[in-house]
Amino acid sequence: MCVAIPGKIIEIHGDTAKADIMGNIFEANISLVDAKLGDYILIHAGFAIEVVQTETAQEMIDIFAELDEVIRNDTGAGKEGA
Amino acid sequence: MTLEQVKKELKGYKGRTIKIMEVCGTHTASIFKAGIRSILPAEIRLISGPGCPVCVTPSAYIDKLVEYSLKENHQVLTFGDMMKVRGSEYSLTQAKALGGQISYLYSPLQSLALAKQNPQTNYIFAAVGFETTAPLYAILLEEMEKEGIRNLKLLIAVKTIVPALSYLCEKEEIDGFLCPGHVSVIIGSKIYEPLAKKYQKPFVVTGFEGEHILASIYEIMTQLSTEEYRVKNLYTSAVKEEGNEKAFGAIMKYFEPCDAYWRGIGTIPGSGLRLREEFLKYDAGSEEAFAEETLPKGCSCTDVILGRIQPIECPAFGKRCTPMDALGPCMVSSEGACGIWYKNR
Repeated sequence: MCVAIPGKIIEIHGDTAKADIMGNIFEANISLVDAKLGDYILIHAGFAIEVVQTETAQEMIDIFAELDEVIRNDTGAGKEGA
Repeated sequence: MTLEQVKKELKGYKGRTIKIMEVCGTHTASIFKAGIRSILPAEIRLISGPGCPVCVTPSAYIDKLVEYSLKENHQVLTFGDMMKVRGSEYSLTQAKALGGQISYLYSPLQSLALAKQNPQTNYIFAAVGFETTAPLYAILLEEMEKEGIRNLKLLIAVKTIVPALSYLCEKEEIDGFLCPGHVSVIIGSKIYEPLAKKYQKPFVVTGFEGEHILASIYEIMTQLSTEEYRVKNLYTSAVKEEGNEKAFGAIMKYFEPCDAYWRGIGTIPGSGLRLREEFLKYDAGSEEAFAEETLPKGCSCTDVILGRIQPIECPAFGKRCTPMDALGPCMVSSEGACGIWYKNR
């Protein structure tokens, strides 16, 4: 029930935006976020609940870079005796 | 660190059995979709939690909706997820077949247009959900106030996740938590810090891609190994430390915390939201829409949502209990752990 999907804002009229979700155009209420044209929003039941980073790939790079950091300070993570 | 290295490290784990709870039903589905379990050794167990709001909604609440649907000049509005869950006698689908006036909507705001078009009908919106959905109800209430709408009321069964996590930490043996992604969008990652500190457990906010989930499991395993427990946000593209403050502020304007009854668990103090006194005129009798109840004989939904067993360990799973003829709520809902396990058998 908490499903939310990202879409790109292509039009804004007051509190309502038109968002492109994989080629389909949906209307979303944007009063819960500070969004502008071209932003990617996370849409849940007709509402934008957050403006999201466009680069998921960048997030993945950051996550795995952080895990590298974890390993450097690690005392044997993911091996035994957790 | 590469994904391959993370997979190799996790696969090579040979310590004591670790129980990691994915609190949210959407994560349960993502774990199947990405085939995460096939990568993990038997010693790392992923267990589902109580994060499907439909599954934990008491049957007395469904009964109340059924009652409204059969009342003259009344119509129940709901999200589609609620349609198949049984009350003590009927589900909303069955009530509709009996002549009940029930429509399902994609967004709560659609109810405004209906209320304006049909002023002679009294609409009851089934306001169910967690913090992800609560701000939507706040905006709906704001619009109702603005437009002076009086023929639309909310039957509220909104729950909050932090008290439920606290309950789980107190009562159950769980080693670490994958925090619900979209709930965290609203409440932020920082809110879990007191829990991590008090219960000395890892709380990792995670997204819905396979990589997110694997990295989060690795993070949990690392924290357990180093015995340094903290909150880690690995879903930074959508979740801020403080969450969506605008949305959280909207919730708090209209709602206040209250005790809430979770089907299959019981009452968890402070785990619900009710309308503040000045907005009670928009309430459809939510306080009366719950009652102590026991699950049907042979149903293990309680053990499933508390992470004690996996759905396939329930003797009724796939036999007496299937999505077509469900014994318990976890098999009916699209985000219920049993239903997801059944579809992915």
